Amino acid sequence: MLSVSQKAALVSMIFLLVVIGFWEANSQPPKAQEALSEYELLMGGADQEARIPPPSAIAVKAWEELSDPFYDKGPNDKGIGIQLAYSISRVLSGYLLAAFIAIPIGFVIGMSPLMYRALNPYIQILRPISPLAWMPLALFIIKDSETSAIFVIFICSIWPMLINTAFGVASVRRDWINVARTHELSPLRTALTVILPAAAPTILTGMRISIGIAWLVIVAAEMLVGGTGIGYYVWNEWNNLDLTSVIFFDFNDRSGRHVVGPRTQ
Amino acid sequence: MTAHFLQVQDLTKRFSGKNQTPLTVFDKVSFNIDKGEFVCIIGHSGCGKSTIMNTLSGLDSPTSGGVIMDGKEVSGPSLDRGIVFQNYSLLPWLSALDNVRFGVKARWPSWSKAQIKQHSLDYLELVGLKGAENRKPAQLSGGMRQRVSIARAFATQPKLLLLDEPFGALDALTRGVIQDELVKICVKTHQTVFMITHDVDEAILLSDRILLMSNGPNAVIAESVTVDIPKPRQRGDIIKNPGYYTLRNHLVDFLVNRSASSHYKEQTRPLMSNPIKSQLSKEKSEPLAPRSCAVSEILPTGT
Ligand SMILES: Nc1ncnc2c1ncn2[C@@H]1O[C@H](COP(=O)(O)OP(=O)(O)O)[C@@H](O)[C@H]1O
Ligand SMILES: [Mg+2]
Repeated sequence: MLSVSQKAALVSMIFLLVVIGFWEANSQPPKAQEALSEYELLMGGADQEARIPPPSAIAVKAWEELSDPFYDKGPNDKGIGIQLAYSISRVLSGYLLAAFIAIPIGFVIGMSPLMYRALNPYIQILRPISPLAWMPLALFIIKDSETSAIFVIFICSIWPMLINTAFGVASVRRDWINVARTHELSPLRTALTVILPAAAPTILTGMRISIGIAWLVIVAAEMLVGGTGIGYYVWNEWNNLDLTSVIFFDFNDRSGRHVVGPRTQ
Repeated sequence: MTAHFLQVQDLTKRFSGKNQTPLTVFDKVSFNIDKGEFVCIIGHSGCGKSTIMNTLSGLDSPTSGGVIMDGKEVSGPSLDRGIVFQNYSLLPWLSALDNVRFGVKARWPSWSKAQIKQHSLDYLELVGLKGAENRKPAQLSGGMRQRVSIARAFATQPKLLLLDEPFGALDALTRGVIQDELVKICVKTHQTVFMITHDVDEAILLSDRILLMSNGPNAVIAESVTVDIPKPRQRGDIIKNPGYYTLRNHLVDFLVNRSASSHYKEQTRPLMSNPIKSQLSKEKSEPLAPRSCAVSEILPTGT
């Protein structure tokens, strides 16, 4: 007998084969039924019609790209590894900056009802703004596309961390705070030895949500600012009408996301 | 005025919520505890026992009145008062040893790591938890958690130990084991203890004195009953003590019949009684009433 996970793997494989088979079968260039007219010959045949590339073509492209991920042939032609590295470094710098600011502020908001009430209106107003809506403003103020992309990552990943930290800290059980109080711990020690471990699961959830959003946003941001990164590359290949590359990069984007945030959904 | 170790004077606690009538939990409660004394407080659920304990510990402040311990007014929580909370309040991300170490480190910040660890291990061993020190609270049974909590409180060697229904959630067998351990520890260290319980037998086994609390709201300490059974006591032996049942009946009678009485409302000092002594002296010199207040006729003294 197969275990449940083995069966699941089997079913997954069957689904994959069916989908890929269907895709492959439906994206073959149509066989020319009659001899091509002179006009068609001139235009390069029916093959020229835009069509989603078949999986086999993508596999070939993937092999090509992955076998040499770090080549660098000028600003418009870099290996997938280099593009990915650019994106990851942007995501990480924006994200870490956000964490450094959001977690301490979240702590303060969570611990002090006064600060909660004072800062809550600003959070409620700023949070729903779409991250990409910050882009023009950032470009105008910062005047540097690289920093602007990082800023957009920063602004989109700050909210889940801020809100989760504040919520986690505010809902630490009264009993545990009382344990700290009866042991005469200073506020700083209470924060580090009791509140931080107690709120850690909620804070980590916020961090996970943030990195997921950051990775979603970086692709869009790079499409806008251009230059490097996988978002730019997808856009570039689209402009080159190279759908095979676009699809390859889309899959690659998933794997890239596994690199930065293994447990985002 | 004789200086008692702990003096509770005219303690009143009133909770006044935004849109509810203010609730006076207890009103002008006064009692004293001497050094080395083991005092239990018994009362019906909701009469305000935990609230009194929170006030004694300094976690909560009284509406009026005050608590003086060792000549100093209690104004906030202190390591001089160790607490075993009703729900253990262990930190779930720390192992049993680390929970105890948490207290020891707070008490003696200058100690070396090895010294802190050894001291913590000693106390875990004292409560019979040797070998379970690396387990997290979730991996311990209720009784073991309670023992960790007791070890944490004992290890800081507080001047006053406050126990809030520490055995309430335990099965009878475990409860017996830990009670015996508590007796042993108290005999060894002459610890001053203030303990909340709703178990009459437990109170008799452990205490030098039992405070009886009337029902809330506006609860008071109605009586202070001395337990005249020599210590150390054995669970099996105390029921053979001639005064045991008199005392037990007296307590149960209070809980069942008298705790709701409004007699107590004007009383400011607990009525002192010693059922065992009065019974024994009654047996010896029968018609003469040896004490002004016999057990069966409790009168309010304040008026
Ligand atoms: N924070 C609070 N706010 C309002 N009422 C409270 C609060 N804490 C306790 N009480 C009330 O005080 C009374 C005594 O509670 P408590 O001291 O927990 O009783 P117990 O004797 O069972 O330990 C109860 O009626 C309870 O509802
Ligand atoms: Mg209680």
